[in-house]
Amino acid sequence: MLRFFIRRLIGLVLVMAGVSVITFALAQLVPVDPAANALGQNAREEQIAAYRAELGLDRPVVEQYLRYVGRLLQGDLGNSIRTRRPVADDLRDYLPATIELSLAALLVSLFLGVPLGMLASMRRNGAVDAGARLFALVGGSMPIFYVGLLVLGLFYRQLRWFPGPGRLDATLNAPATVTGMFTFDALISANWPILQNSLAHLILPAATLGYFSTAVLLRMTRSAMLEVLSQDYVRTAKAKGLSGQVVIWGHVLKNALPPVLTTIGITFGSLLSGAVLTETIFNWPGLGRYATTSVTTLDFPAVMGVTLVAAIVYPTVNTLVDIAYRFVDPRVRVE
Amino acid sequence: MAIRTTASARTKFFRGLRKDPTMLGGLTLLIIFTLLALFAPVLSPVDPIKQNIQASLTAPGPDFLLGTDKLGRDILSRILFGARISLFVGLAVVAGAGAFGALVGVVAGYMRGWADEVLMRVTDIFFAFPSLILAMAIAGALGPSLRNALIAVAVVSWPVYARLIRGQVLVLREQEFVQAARAIGVSDRGIILRHLLPNTLAPFLVQASFDMGAVILSVAGLSFIGFGAQPPTPEWGVMISEGRNYITTQWWLTAVPAGAILLLVAAFNLIGDGLRDLLDPRMRQ
Repeated sequence: MLRFFIRRLIGLVLVMAGVSVITFALAQLVPVDPAANALGQNAREEQIAAYRAELGLDRPVVEQYLRYVGRLLQGDLGNSIRTRRPVADDLRDYLPATIELSLAALLVSLFLGVPLGMLASMRRNGAVDAGARLFALVGGSMPIFYVGLLVLGLFYRQLRWFPGPGRLDATLNAPATVTGMFTFDALISANWPILQNSLAHLILPAATLGYFSTAVLLRMTRSAMLEVLSQDYVRTAKAKGLSGQVVIWGHVLKNALPPVLTTIGITFGSLLSGAVLTETIFNWPGLGRYATTSVTTLDFPAVMGVTLVAAIVYPTVNTLVDIAYRFVDPRVRVE
Repeated sequence: MAIRTTASARTKFFRGLRKDPTMLGGLTLLIIFTLLALFAPVLSPVDPIKQNIQASLTAPGPDFLLGTDKLGRDILSRILFGARISLFVGLAVVAGAGAFGALVGVVAGYMRGWADEVLMRVTDIFFAFPSLILAMAIAGALGPSLRNALIAVAVVSWPVYARLIRGQVLVLREQEFVQAARAIGVSDRGIILRHLLPNTLAPFLVQASFDMGAVILSVAGLSFIGFGAQPPTPEWGVMISEGRNYITTQWWLTAVPAGAILLLVAAFNLIGDGLRDLLDPRMRQ
């Protein structure tokens, strides 16, 4: 187990090094001078030159990169050109909103996708199966930004069932920061009005973001269940008179779980990409919207910070999935 | 998983196709979209970017089958020309990313050793990026345009092919027919081109089919947030972005392009499903 962790850690460091090189190279491609861009059109030449020197942009590229890595190793992601704050501080503010949204979306897809997939497999080729497959096909093919616009238009502007964009009503103050996730912070401080309001704000974006992953999980659960259902040991279990419930929960689901777990891992990675579009539509102040604004304003220190943080997520989730495998399938030895 | 193009295999393929309604549905949709895209200049009632303010926001009806947008542009014409863009986008990205990824995969799998190690670690790096964030950063750095969005999506799309083809090649290279080819002195290039690559075609096509849909969605998403095609290009993501304020009042501005994306992406997903089932004997019932 220790060797497994060390190997994964080395892998993660290599990935991070590669990611930092790529994002740094990207920043060099930008045809616009970030210093001039940040100071606006009225800035004088000397001011721009001074700001360039302050940002270290007048040094050779390799030196700039090495300095960047040196600062990274001390946890310093540099300063945002746009907000003029340390990128690490910005990320600390924006990241919890994205984690909250992604976790909520993952919950939606777990509670919808897995049971629907199970049901579809048990009623193969029936009406439920057909409905579930259509739901999954649409979910996997529909542009997420249209779903977002549609639910916002329908359930907020038209029907007024849910509050509008943002994480809280404008009249309310954010709960005391512990995790930065409003629902969680409100819960632990027993602040019920805030909890209720933040949950209400969370539902539409989480459902939007979760639809795609629900579709993916539904399909994966269905096909994994079907595969196990056709195995000899399932037939034996049925033949020896075990009830349908026992066979499904004790034999089939347990054996169908590993591929589903893998899918959950992959899905979590894709949630971050989906968050970019969802956050833009729902005005959700998370990493995705921070990334969009940073790219638009060519604020590359911020973009590099976002990509670095985002690139940690996928390998980390994958490692967690591999560990979870051990518990689900004792045959798997994590090496 | 060798593809043998004997007559019997081909007959079996078409017989399987007839029995598989999903694949048939996907292919039919794709053929319709392809024909619409090819004949867009003939089929379009008017120029897709021609404004007609008097007809602004006309609902679908006899004059404008799919209605008009706020500048009075005919949505049907824009959808038809948009089909050209989306199909081209999918093909260009999948061809480029697929070819590059396959090359990396085949070299890694065939050479093994340090080349494999280095190439796969590089692939891991690109895998770790959330695709849309990297694509956005690339499109931002190069400047927002449809061409740059294509480059951006291609850069995030190739690793999946590299991993897929490498896995296939690792298995194939140990098989007897490859060993035999090597024994009679076929060059490495010959083995790769004539024996390895053709045999990875089947899983490649399944992946490419799913990817076509994913690429079309990504590019539309990039265009929607302003990093892809720019107005007045009749690109479907741009159309949804332009119509976003009318979603509850003039629904056709967004619903029509969204429906077009949905149908085209679903077509590729259905074809991918069908191909996978056809090539995986366990799924054949």
